[in-house]
Amino acid sequence: MSKGVLVDLTKCVGCGSCMVACKMWNKLQYTRTASDKGGEASLDAENWTVVNKVETKKGNESVWRFVKNQCLHCEEPACASACFSKAIKKTKDGPVVYDANLCVGCRYCMLACPFNIPKYEWDKTFPQVRKCQMCSDRLHAGESPACVGVCPAGALTYGDRHNLLSQAREKINSDSSYIKHIYGEKEAGGTAWLYISDVPFEALGFRTNITTRPLPQYTESILSLTPAVGLGWGALLTGMYVYNRRRNEIARENKSGKDNG
Amino acid sequence: MATSDKWRFPMTPTRYVLLVLGALGMLLMVYRLVFGLGSATNLNNEWPWGLWIGFDVLTGVALAGGGYSTALLVHIMGIKKFSPIARSAMLTSLIGYLLVMAGLFMDIGRWFNFWRPFVSWGYHSVLFEVFWCISLYTMIQLLEFGEVATEKVQKRWHGIFKKIMPVLLIIGVLLPTLHQSSLGSLYVIEVGKLYPLWWSMLLPVFFLMSSFFVGPAMVTVETMLAGRAHGHKVDLGVLQSLIKVSGYMMLVYLVMKVVDLVYRGAAGLVFQGNLEGNMFLLEMVAGIIIPIIICFSPKLRASKGGLVTFGVLVVAGVIINRMNVVFTGMSGFMGGFYFPSVIEWLVSIGLIAIGVLGYLFVVENFNILPKHRHGRATDSNVPAEDKGAVKYSV
Repeated sequence: MSKGVLVDLTKCVGCGSCMVACKMWNKLQYTRTASDKGGEASLDAENWTVVNKVETKKGNESVWRFVKNQCLHCEEPACASACFSKAIKKTKDGPVVYDANLCVGCRYCMLACPFNIPKYEWDKTFPQVRKCQMCSDRLHAGESPACVGVCPAGALTYGDRHNLLSQAREKINSDSSYIKHIYGEKEAGGTAWLYISDVPFEALGFRTNITTRPLPQYTESILSLTPAVGLGWGALLTGMYVYNRRRNEIARENKSGKDNG
Repeated sequence: MATSDKWRFPMTPTRYVLLVLGALGMLLMVYRLVFGLGSATNLNNEWPWGLWIGFDVLTGVALAGGGYSTALLVHIMGIKKFSPIARSAMLTSLIGYLLVMAGLFMDIGRWFNFWRPFVSWGYHSVLFEVFWCISLYTMIQLLEFGEVATEKVQKRWHGIFKKIMPVLLIIGVLLPTLHQSSLGSLYVIEVGKLYPLWWSMLLPVFFLMSSFFVGPAMVTVETMLAGRAHGHKVDLGVLQSLIKVSGYMMLVYLVMKVVDLVYRGAAGLVFQGNLEGNMFLLEMVAGIIIPIIICFSPKLRASKGGLVTFGVLVVAGVIINRMNVVFTGMSGFMGGFYFPSVIEWLVSIGLIAIGVLGYLFVVENFNILPKHRHGRATDSNVPAEDKGAVKYSV
């Protein structure tokens, strides 16, 4: 059963313990240059999750919201489909994981990701692609991701994606303050991480004009034509070559015939 | 001279400059391999692909398309009047691909792992197809060049190369068709990210068509340059018929572009006056519409100036197109800032310099340009050939 996490943005108080837990479990460096909390926080090679503070309006009043950001672990990940050496894979449990041993370092995954998640170790001679692995080792052992375990506000719920979806639906339908949208249910074909909120997602910096068709389908529909195009075009080229060679031979024979006669 | 066993490479001031640029480029390439992408380039998390992928690879592969389009016209379709330019077009293509391979190697972060896709098959990736096709096609082109090379060295192999040429030629047209289009498919996954003036499900078709019609344009530019440098008369008739092949394909391309834009409801974006709209207009007017006009007005087409203008505009148009896809079209979504570092520029320039030197060396030592073959067949007068040699000036 594919696992997921439901983020209830109304509950997050912006304490940042999720990102501390992430750093500790994954042995990530603290850096002075990149902040992992606040308005300017952004993901990078050592920041696999950040909590952004967003000041926005709800009705007439100004409100703060805290948005946890990390890899969304797409059901059909564009990064994995873009990887030409199988360094990125979706596991049965749900996480989309990276294997540095197979990585060539082309960075096509970074371009392919609709959420701009994967980051690169630009300061290393042999850089790795870095992003949230959803603590796949913990999941495999039957535990929840490190960030979920430490959340004191109950903003993060870990479970089967299927169950989380029905939980989320129940919540937004029973409480009129929620926006009637589960972010991640359909975006990019569905993601393991799901968000519900009481302010519109675009106001919180989410990319909302995202296609609901799984991204790998776009390229697969083209790639699936390759064998047919290859065989057909190859046959046509061979045919043309043989035909033209034969025609030239005949022309030459006629010419020499004429010369002799 | 061309078939003599002696090797010659007369140095001129231009060649010394190229040599210095090439050596500097090589040095910086070593620096990049040792110290990593971050210290050599201005690439960052917002702009993971820069000059080396955009120009050296995406544009380089398109401009090297002259090889397969000429091979198709001359060897497969058997249009004999184009055969004088076949060898030089295919040589440029081979050198182009070798440079692309070098550029690609520079751009991969974990270069010791470059061979992984040969064993760990990420076949669902467009890049997988690109990687396999480009690697195989470079091999095929090297073998194709074997036919030329064995006229001078290792002559006992010549018969074998002649025999396998038909197979090489057919595969050598098939593979580029697949990967020229795949380079376009690379950006199909940027749905919603690449500006709608460029993003289309037809991107592979557009990339394929433009790589085909830029072929004759490259051949025209290159023939003119080579003609000037090597002091032989360029056959304008051949080039005139050749660019008509481009012209017709560009007409189809233009119509498809317009229909595609209207169909996707993106036509209104063309005249918005923003950077994207203007760059798109530049690409289409300078790179497609004006060349089509030149191509189909007999007076313009017949003049040397017209031919050169056509060639330069089409080549520039394809370069702008690829740059627009990689940079202009992506900048709105990506945010951040990227401008190639000095090292990135010098490596790219160095690679081109090495390519030019390589081209000159091969042209002067093997049977590439028609003049040489002609000279050998009808005139074995040594002093006359020496006189010709003096005119090498590039």
